[in-house]
Amino acid sequence: MHELSVAMGIVKIAEDETKKAKAKKVTLIELEIGKLAGVEFESLDFVWPAAVKNTVLEDAERKIDVKEGLGQCGDCDTVFEIQHFYDSCPKCGSNLKGIIQGKELRVKALEVI
Amino acid sequence: MCGTCGCGSDGNGAKILSPKMGKEEHGHHHDHGHSHHHDHDNDHHHGHHHHNHDHDHDHHHKTVLEVERDILQQNEIMAARNRGYFDAKGVFVLNLVSSPGSGKTSLLERTLKDLKGKIPFYVIEGDQQTLNDANRIAALDVPVIQINTGKGCHLESDMIHDAVKKLNIGNDSVLMIENVGNLVCPSMFNLGEHKRVVIVSTTEGDDKPIKYPDMFHTSDICIINKIDLAPYLDTNIEELKTNALQVNPELVFFEVSATKGTGMEQWYEWLETNMKLVPVDH
Repeated sequence: MHELSVAMGIVKIAEDETKKAKAKKVTLIELEIGKLAGVEFESLDFVWPAAVKNTVLEDAERKIDVKEGLGQCGDCDTVFEIQHFYDSCPKCGSNLKGIIQGKELRVKALEVI
Repeated sequence: MCGTCGCGSDGNGAKILSPKMGKEEHGHHHDHGHSHHHDHDNDHHHGHHHHNHDHDHDHHHKTVLEVERDILQQNEIMAARNRGYFDAKGVFVLNLVSSPGSGKTSLLERTLKDLKGKIPFYVIEGDQQTLNDANRIAALDVPVIQINTGKGCHLESDMIHDAVKKLNIGNDSVLMIENVGNLVCPSMFNLGEHKRVVIVSTTEGDDKPIKYPDMFHTSDICIINKIDLAPYLDTNIEELKTNALQVNPELVFFEVSATKGTGMEQWYEWLETNMKLVPVDH
């Protein structure tokens, strides 16, 4: 259940940034999470209320921009959608690929008051 | 709240123990282990500038902060600190990951037993509970620190940072970090290691790499353990390798039996060659 660590990382960033901006609390948090980042969205939902309790995020609305997985073939350069790390290139069948999108795990923006 | 187990304390709920500590000692200390870095990032600069009690206007104004920060940034920063320390001292660091019961500790014991005359080893053991693994390593006269993560399912770089302080690692050595037995969570957490070694045993089935792709994707080395049992199982080692290569074409394999000693020579050769590749600054 590493999603709790992830949630605590989000809380930490929100607390830091809110303090820096001399704001009181967060009304909206925008996250960017890739489908290949290793985060189970249901688990994140499950731990969220416990993680944000008594923090600046307690009443914040949460928006998640989910990024699809994209790979680029190391042999023929084809860019293709990947659901799994073991998906091979649809054009040449190679397993050698770079992940160009889908590993994002980021706090994009905070709306604070 | 603690990010590892969700208990009420701050920081991680991990306990850092040495086999030398009495059994009765460690059960009760949950507090001193926790307080480590709550990043000393000068919050005090901000807090006290609030004397301009004005802002009748501001309490309803929303401000958007473009943060763009990686969520695992804290872990990555501490991992980079660890890595710098290891590089400076010429310590080659391996992060051993696997499901529970693949034989990480047995592989480690065998390796230490066979090579400790040639290579100075240090070990960090990660488990949810008990000093059992650390005691097995300590029995070989190799310096070891146990991290008990409590309910936590993986090691994080700040735990390694704290454990390393207690280990007093000598230069030009090898540090083996045995992660918590778990093929999912540890994959996301860089500890500052040079190489990640995933261990999979023949009893686990040859589709393990595609069932748990994240760990195989982030590892450099794959050790297939318990090959002596393969004749009694339906597992096809070639199939297992094909599956692993589909997830990560750059994986390097070793096929061993840690209990029988089969195939260990190639692994030792790799270890001895690669430990010399650590950039040494001293």
